[in-house]
Amino acid sequence: MSTQEIRFSGFGGQGIIRCALITGKALSLYDDKFATMTQSFGPEARGSACAAQLVVSDERVLYPYITCPGILLALSQEAYDKYWSELPKGGILIVEQDLVKLSGEHPDLVLMRVPATRFAEELGNRLFTNLVALGFFTAVTKVVTADAMKKALPGLVPDRFLKINIKAFEKGYEYGINALSAGGGAS
Amino acid sequence: MTTDIGKFKHDSPMSGTLRMERMPHIWCPGCGIGSEVNAFAEAIKRSGIDPKKLVVVSGIGCTGRVAGYVDFDSIHTTHGRAIPVATGIKLANPELTVVVFSGEGDLTGIGGNHLIHAARRNMDLVVICNNNFTYGMTGGQVTPTTPHSAIASTTPYGNYEYPFSLPFLVDAAGATYIARWTSMDVRNVTQSIEEALAHKGFSFIEIISPCTTLYLRRNRLGDGVDMLQHYQENTVLKHGCDTRETAIDFQGKIVIGKFVDKVKPTYLEAVDQCCVKLVGDDYQLYGKTIPEREAEEKAEKEKVAARRAAVLAEQTEANE
Amino acid sequence: MKTVPAEPKGVDSGPHFMDGDQAIAEGALAAGCRFFAGYPITPSTETAERFAERAPEVGALFIQMEDELASIAALIGAAWGGRKAMTVTCGPGFSLMVENIGLAAMTETPLVIANVQRGGPSTGLPTLTAQQDMMQARYGSHGDYAIIALSPDSPQECFDITVEAFNLSEFYRVPVIILTDETVGHMHEKVVIPPAEQIQVVPRNNYSGPKEDFRPYKFDCQGGHPMARAGDGYNFHITGLTHDERGYPVMTAEQSKIVVTHLMEKIHGNADKIIRLDEDQIDGADVVVVSYGITSRIAIKAIQDARKEGIKVGSLRLITIWPFCEKRIRELAPKIKAFVVPEINYGQMVLEVERCAGGKCETISVNHCGGAVHDPEVILAAIRKANQ
Repeated sequence: MSTQEIRFSGFGGQGIIRCALITGKALSLYDDKFATMTQSFGPEARGSACAAQLVVSDERVLYPYITCPGILLALSQEAYDKYWSELPKGGILIVEQDLVKLSGEHPDLVLMRVPATRFAEELGNRLFTNLVALGFFTAVTKVVTADAMKKALPGLVPDRFLKINIKAFEKGYEYGINALSAGGGAS
Repeated sequence: MTTDIGKFKHDSPMSGTLRMERMPHIWCPGCGIGSEVNAFAEAIKRSGIDPKKLVVVSGIGCTGRVAGYVDFDSIHTTHGRAIPVATGIKLANPELTVVVFSGEGDLTGIGGNHLIHAARRNMDLVVICNNNFTYGMTGGQVTPTTPHSAIASTTPYGNYEYPFSLPFLVDAAGATYIARWTSMDVRNVTQSIEEALAHKGFSFIEIISPCTTLYLRRNRLGDGVDMLQHYQENTVLKHGCDTRETAIDFQGKIVIGKFVDKVKPTYLEAVDQCCVKLVGDDYQLYGKTIPEREAEEKAEKEKVAARRAAVLAEQTEANE
Repeated sequence: MKTVPAEPKGVDSGPHFMDGDQAIAEGALAAGCRFFAGYPITPSTETAERFAERAPEVGALFIQMEDELASIAALIGAAWGGRKAMTVTCGPGFSLMVENIGLAAMTETPLVIANVQRGGPSTGLPTLTAQQDMMQARYGSHGDYAIIALSPDSPQECFDITVEAFNLSEFYRVPVIILTDETVGHMHEKVVIPPAEQIQVVPRNNYSGPKEDFRPYKFDCQGGHPMARAGDGYNFHITGLTHDERGYPVMTAEQSKIVVTHLMEKIHGNADKIIRLDEDQIDGADVVVVSYGITSRIAIKAIQDARKEGIKVGSLRLITIWPFCEKRIRELAPKIKAFVVPEINYGQMVLEVERCAGGKCETISVNHCGGAVHDPEVILAAIRKANQ
């Protein structure tokens, strides 16, 4: 991998920006990669839709915006509808299983589904949805290491919720590992 | 008879307060600003505050020149910006006493927004506002306080706008010390400035003053002496007057007195209260904890009181 | 410039993942800035927010003023009150500040202003990037004066340049403007803040000699002249009027010549000491791309592609925008075919490049009306054209 472009998307309140911040911090501080994170600030960022982008590279990132995302994490129907077609053949599409109704089979994409909200609720609060999704994302994309992601959490999640967030991450990660061994996922 | 200017400057009772090398000043005969500066100098002396710790800030205009004449740290700012510059100085070094001395056009016209916000924050400043109903330096245009129907160079057929009543304005905005006098009431002005220097919070002193060259002449109101006569006959002393009743009509009655004098945390005290809750007793501003700053303030207050007592004793002796 | 290590209290050492705006606040705190007055405006507000959050633990003061006019006025007051001071804004707010940038230049008051540029004119594109205020930064206030402006291309450089901005500002007693843009301001990247002892800062140069010898100014076309701090007993007077070295108004053509020459030459006469450029493969180049801020990163992509095509192209990145690197452009012009100047405006710094090139080579503007960065292909096409 020399350069990888990732889009995190969902609706406001799901912690989408946080997902990108955690991943970017993990990569650039603990995985020895270069990562540049951008987000939409326009009036579009004030409504329900929410997206953040990450460019990851082994070398310094020059162009800071994504041009051809290889990975899309879509935690809402709107995000899925809006962004899935950007993915090239072989791109990784990760969707929230209970919130996103697929418009087709996507045979050209690596489709991964995770019931992140349901898992988060089982852990006590749907606020942890993003960390479940990130754990799953980490397992199936292998863009970033789980160790780096966990190291990146302090400062980006409230101290008193650190443990439960790590638990949520691990739940998603484990589900992702199982999904991979069951046959799907990135190679 | 000729006057030895050098000797005159040296012997002047103002030589400790004014930059005598900059005299003579630019103000017209009969203008009220001179007596206001006299009162200011007297108040500084009597207050006992350390002149080294006093900063005077002015904006632009005739009154804006005060900063250039007083022999203290002084800043002559751009038009209207005296209050925010003063805010910056005060917040940069809370030990300083910061006085804004400017005109009503500067403070309430172009600088009006800064005036109300400094009052709202209860910023610990003394604002002395010379109100002569006119933009003097530029030739006598209408200002935010020019009474209805008065003639100005830009209202040649009479002022059709409604003026601000400044005590009411700053009262509504949150000022904690408000007084109004005329430039004839020098003792009251002196006393008010003294009180304001000792007051913690936003103090506003309005001084109604004659602009002989422009306002009086254009409105056919005679000369400076005629206006002092007018003040004597038409001022109404009402301490504690409801500031809603302080409006000034053209050549009408002028309510004077101390209208507001109350205690409320200043901006910096509010910052301290918030930060000490957050950081704890270790909280420091510019490297000093609150108890350290309070101790310094107390020590300075004692010195001020001692100097004040000495000055008053000397004056009493001189009067006997 | 005499420097000392930074005060550890303001330095949040270590690696961070932060945006450019936040890095400016950290740079300011590291440089010893302890006073911030500002007014919220997208896309610069994150700097104010970061400073407000950090102020209590550092022992600094943050105040949100009623507008930008007040913000910069407060900085002037704070500077003479003895503090290093800064504010942050973008186009519409900068337009309000230009009045007292003039006062700060005239009274030789050190302060730092970051302009996180967004698209204009007027309210324009509040959330989208631009580099349209380059000339305003230089010429915004009326009259002849000079300032220093620096442009970072990454959050890391936002930190580094802010420290440098304070150092230059303190030494030359001049407003220093950080001309960044929405893209750099809002992008998050790794920012490494060094240990305090490795950050060199220019301390405030307060006069401490005898009172009778004190002069707030010295019109010698140089920096390094001390200032007085309010409360130290020197009874300084400063004014926006044309003044003598005592600070007293002297409103004559003769005095104006002395003051204006000093204000201009203390910066332009020391341009060689002030200017920092980032050059790459300039020797033997046929084409030199002159760029700054975010555009220089986009340009590198185009330059790399052009080199693959065999074009000899060099890169000249302006870290210092003002004073402009006149001398370097004059040296290069006769040796190359063309300068290519991409910038997110309708063509501003290209005017300076063209002026200094003096017709000795071609100067090609690659302009962009704002709202986005260039497509690297457009810059590549211009390089190809320049090489013909």
